[in-house]
Amino acid sequence: MLLQRFLVRLLTMLVTLFGVAIVVFVVIRVAPGDPIAMMLPPGASDDDIARLRALYGLDKSIVQQFFIWLAGVLHGDFGASISLRQDVLGLVFNRLPATLELATVALLMAIAIGATAAILGARSRGTAVEAGIDIASGATLSIPDFLWGLVLILLFGVLIPVFDISGRVSPQLDLPFVTQFYLVESIFRLRLDLTWDLLKHMLMPAVALALPLAAIIAQLLKQSLKEVLDLDYVVLARVKGFSETQVILREALKNAALPTLTLVGVQFTFLIGGTVIVERLFSYEGLGNMAIDAVINRDLPLIQGIVLVFALLFVLINLAVDMTYALLNPRLRHG
Amino acid sequence: MDEARIARRSLSPRLWLAGGWLVLALLAAVFAPLVAPQDPLAQDLMLERLPPFWLDGAEPGYWLGTDSLGRDLLSRLIFGGRIAFIVAFAAATSACLLGSTLGLIAGYLGGWADRMISRIVDVWMAFPPVLFAILLVAVLGTGLSSVIIAIAVIDWTRFCRVIRAEAMSQARMDYVESARIAGYGRIGIMLREVLPNVLPSVVALLSLEMGIAVIVEAILSFVNLSIATDDPTWGGIIAEGRLSIHQAWWVLVFPLVTLILTVLSFSQFGEGLKARFDPVLR
Repeated sequence: MLLQRFLVRLLTMLVTLFGVAIVVFVVIRVAPGDPIAMMLPPGASDDDIARLRALYGLDKSIVQQFFIWLAGVLHGDFGASISLRQDVLGLVFNRLPATLELATVALLMAIAIGATAAILGARSRGTAVEAGIDIASGATLSIPDFLWGLVLILLFGVLIPVFDISGRVSPQLDLPFVTQFYLVESIFRLRLDLTWDLLKHMLMPAVALALPLAAIIAQLLKQSLKEVLDLDYVVLARVKGFSETQVILREALKNAALPTLTLVGVQFTFLIGGTVIVERLFSYEGLGNMAIDAVINRDLPLIQGIVLVFALLFVLINLAVDMTYALLNPRLRHG
Repeated sequence: MDEARIARRSLSPRLWLAGGWLVLALLAAVFAPLVAPQDPLAQDLMLERLPPFWLDGAEPGYWLGTDSLGRDLLSRLIFGGRIAFIVAFAAATSACLLGSTLGLIAGYLGGWADRMISRIVDVWMAFPPVLFAILLVAVLGTGLSSVIIAIAVIDWTRFCRVIRAEAMSQARMDYVESARIAGYGRIGIMLREVLPNVLPSVVALLSLEMGIAVIVEAILSFVNLSIATDDPTWGGIIAEGRLSIHQAWWVLVFPLVTLILTVLSFSQFGEGLKARFDPVLR
């Protein structure tokens, strides 16, 4: 049952990715401007142009070109970046860890803030505290990460300059890292001074990304908690003498978390999508920031690679969420 | 019941506040040449980085101060509203028409049409929206129409998903069955019976989408990929403000406040309309 579900999802995922590949290919090939002309110095001879066309397969039909391109992509050959003159896959994997670390820290913050607000709201349901949480989460939700980022820059970069608002790590520091997962590696190497510096840079962009998601979690989890809190087994726990907070944490949370979990999975992809502009805002050296540079430089191979990696990340997260849901939901587990 | 309805009608301050701000901003944008105190493009290095009116060193006539080229901030915000509202209305309406049509077809007809449209939506959802928008504008070339097309091409899925689900549940209702027995064709039922019932959701989403379009335009002009001319845009002013944040905070604060108010108003207005149209609440 579970395996079957997994295989069906895997197949859908592959179909989606194939669709993504077609869309990316079409969009890039629609681009006005000859990619060859951009690669050659002025004054190149017609022979040179024809040779380069043949080299990149541009003299073949568009369908042939697509499959040649797709075969390359499947072999991990995303071509070379025009502006940086390096292998696209290498560039992407060099930047991806920075974005993954930022997105993960943001996700953890969103869950922490959202769950705290939800528990607080459910505990004091029907009071002014709950109403306050409703209003705050409603307003937080309506303001996107881009604007939160700017608000945070003003508050903590200018008004009370306590956090760094630019870059991933202080440039004067000597970095001993061998991987690009700076935060993880700094913890493993027990270089907590570096961990602190990284976190100080990461905090503002992470909060900007986390706030809208935290608001969604707060609303949905509070709603589920309130529904569960009226059920018999919770009432029984209350009769047994547990305090309301204990009842929520020990009994209700477990059963109320499932709908929120599914939603968090989908919303996590939106959060990752948000890193593109938030990284730009905070000059954070991640994949999104590189993507915007690539677009400004009209570096089409690099853009292709980045978009495909983002799409792969999105469908993988959706698959993981779906499987976690199936594993945790007893009805699906035994059915 | 009647009293409750009257109470709800008169007691919707959020609808009035949100609507009020939007009307004010819209009127200012439409009549920008009459309302703006200065020429938004006029540079004067003698007047660079003037603070807003309540601070020392402010000049009369430059209410919100000037940027690092001496351009009047208030006038730039008012003129920037023109681009913002054009994009909001044009892009949101296009996304709405495209998405609602496909959603209605998928939800009401079902079958292979539904499967195909849903698959396309899945593919679209696998793209990071901001990156997709930047990519499309880069490919189409900068300009107002590119921005509008990019937003419509990306955000139609929002309408499609909601309208599909609505149309599906409506299609199962008794009244649709009666219309079928009464001899109406599929398209006739879709347009005459299902469409009016999904309209409240469409209107609420449309208002929400206008706010999103304003943000996307601001993001695009922030990375200098919006309109090709040097007309002021809210995102462009924000980009200038981000650069001179330590010398002239007001260049960032005022466009930011304008954007937040506008986005909040669009979403609150949409929520308010939805509550008013909702047949259950009504």
